[in-house]
Amino acid sequence: MSPTVTTSSEANGNVSAATARAAAKAAAVAEASGPQAITLAKALNTAMSDAMQEDPTVLVFGEDVGTLGGVFRVTDGLTATFGEKRCFDTPLAESGIVGMAIGMAMNGMRPVIEMQFDAFAYPAFEQIISHVAKMHNRTRGRVKLPIVIRVPYGGGIGGVEHHCDSSESYYAHTAGLKVFTPATVVDGYRMLREAIDSDDPVIFMEPKKLYWSKDQVDLEALRAEHARGEKSTAGRAAVARLGTDATLITYGPSVPTALAAAAAAAEEGRSLEVIDVRSIVPFDDETVSASVRKTGRAVVIAEAHGFASVSSEIVARIQERCFHYLAAPVLRVTGFDVPYPAPKLEHYYLPSVDRILDAVDNLQWED
Amino acid sequence: MTISADHTAHEREASRSDAAEAVDELVKQAEEVRRKFGISLEDYMLPAHHQIQMVDPAGRMKAKEEQGTEPGHEYPTPGDDELLAAYEQLVVGRRVNDQNSALVRQGRMAVYPSSHGQEACQVAAAMCLREGDWLFPTYRDAVAVMSRGVDPVQAMTIFRGDWHGGYDPHEHHVGIQCTPLTTQLLHAVGVAHAAKLRGEDIVVLAMCGDGATSEGDFHEALNFAAVFHLPVIFFVQNNKYAISVPLSHQSVAPSLAHKAVGYGMAGERVDGNDLVALLAVLDRGVKLAREGSGPLLVEANTYRMQAHTNADDATRYRPDSEVAEWMAKDPISRMKTYLTSQGLLDEDREAKIAEHAEQVAMQLREGLGVDVSVDPQDLFSFVFSKPTPQLREQSALLADELARDASATGANTEEAGK
Repeated sequence: MSPTVTTSSEANGNVSAATARAAAKAAAVAEASGPQAITLAKALNTAMSDAMQEDPTVLVFGEDVGTLGGVFRVTDGLTATFGEKRCFDTPLAESGIVGMAIGMAMNGMRPVIEMQFDAFAYPAFEQIISHVAKMHNRTRGRVKLPIVIRVPYGGGIGGVEHHCDSSESYYAHTAGLKVFTPATVVDGYRMLREAIDSDDPVIFMEPKKLYWSKDQVDLEALRAEHARGEKSTAGRAAVARLGTDATLITYGPSVPTALAAAAAAAEEGRSLEVIDVRSIVPFDDETVSASVRKTGRAVVIAEAHGFASVSSEIVARIQERCFHYLAAPVLRVTGFDVPYPAPKLEHYYLPSVDRILDAVDNLQWED
Repeated sequence: MTISADHTAHEREASRSDAAEAVDELVKQAEEVRRKFGISLEDYMLPAHHQIQMVDPAGRMKAKEEQGTEPGHEYPTPGDDELLAAYEQLVVGRRVNDQNSALVRQGRMAVYPSSHGQEACQVAAAMCLREGDWLFPTYRDAVAVMSRGVDPVQAMTIFRGDWHGGYDPHEHHVGIQCTPLTTQLLHAVGVAHAAKLRGEDIVVLAMCGDGATSEGDFHEALNFAAVFHLPVIFFVQNNKYAISVPLSHQSVAPSLAHKAVGYGMAGERVDGNDLVALLAVLDRGVKLAREGSGPLLVEANTYRMQAHTNADDATRYRPDSEVAEWMAKDPISRMKTYLTSQGLLDEDREAKIAEHAEQVAMQLREGLGVDVSVDPQDLFSFVFSKPTPQLREQSALLADELARDASATGANTEEAGK
């Protein structure tokens, strides 16, 4: 079977049909905008804007998110549209931002807050770990904290120190937090809407190097899908590319790299399936296991350090569930266990197409 | 005067932010305090030169000019009914502290951080609020929590060992007693902020201790409350020790109340063992906050009469003479003397109050004396709104383990019965 490129929405079963229905409905109701090229940043921005439009309890706040529209412009225009009571700048204090969000959520709001950069979220760690993650459990479900903590993360942008960390493992390790990370423009919209709708707190990891990646997206169709209450991403991985010989399992900023590696492998006659995890917590064991059982070989790819990480968790889960299907040990391509390097060194650190293909070559094909 | 012209220059009329409104409010306040009290805004924000004390340790009402009040720092004396009700809570609070310490010694509770000696602060913090207002307490504030109406046994669940919190925060608007220092102050700020956005006139009182003022979240909470101009009373019980470390190692500020001016809010210090002064200061603070005057920092000068918890040995770090000195400043005896001298308290009333305190103590003994059964499956029930597939797997694993244990026990019992 020759590898077929599919979009994540096609891989999601009924969604393409839903998209078609939604598009038809939108066309009937108003002027259908149809698919247009938009960036991940714009999709996220639209998701917040739509949620704020529908629900007056949705608030956006953080550092520079107001007048400036965020250092990555993801909150661009929200203050102008909804006013300074709905989207506003806070004093420069991350623990304060998260702690205040907790109180607001306790008192009926749905805060969507921005940590300006991955490593800037660390001052808020205590509030996130000791309260955001545990309040629901502590109160036996009486206090829900519907908070979305947006964290631009990962490298590949030539950023200086403290601007390129992959911090997802800290959050994924903590019971009580959902951890989402979109890799496509469509998922950017869908997943942020689902995160805002969630009654559980969500750490929303945004791959910053993909902010300006573009895709043809029919926003009206996505809105209609949301309006129908279709949940398609929480706890559900996407098959980003179908294949038969080995599975590449990855998420966030490494998805395009894995897809590029699969395309290169196809030229060499090897068919690689690519799984975009999307929802780190809850984790979709089913989709990942089904793929690995089918192919018998797997490589897990992530930018974060490999040691004690989400990637090591995925490898452990695969061997627990798919041991007898495996033709080779599950390998990993991850960042080295070193502090995130300076811009001129980062390409040595980041998972690359070549490093992924080398790992695939090492999956004991000769046996 | 620190309100600069720059602030007003940045005013924009449309969609005003809370921060911009806060600045306007300060400008207005500055004019008002100058007009009303003839003092600058800074003098208004700085605490009075002396702590506010109305009833001295001997139980005598001090002369007005000796209460520490000054222009802009004047507090009306609370009414008789309020004082009598507060005294009742004070006596109940002391009984609760002593009963809980006894229950720890009997192994009925894992630990109890007692507020023995600080009961006047506990009672005033609860009583200055009205229905709908929120309280954010620490682990040492069980008496305040109960004084807000939370069931005593539910309040003590946190120390009994069967769950990390025993009451519904929404029921009485009382946060779960918070262990990580000052993190709850930010939750108080958030609750107040949400209320303000909805146009509700609630006040939030957040409690912490002297050691906690060294934490970063103390700073962030006060600053956020001031910038967003929120009705939050930050109530610091300065009980002189953070476990073993004395206040002198935490701060060399003239007083903890002086920290307020750095955030653009008013601070006041009050004798934390004088229930009359505490109610006077907090009542006015809550009234002003409700009227929109922004946050306030109140430092109560008190003393932790007992060790940090039963696991601590206070003799290692403080002399008995110091404890004896504070024994003489006890909040209950001075209140009793004062109320009796005013003809508000007689033996009948005293007996009724003692009976009430005994009822609560009995409630605690009975409630904490029973062995509560725990459901192991509760481990998985509240992590998320709905358990994840992974949690369902783990829950099944535990259920299987328990089922096998039960059948093994059953088999053994049968065996033994033969």
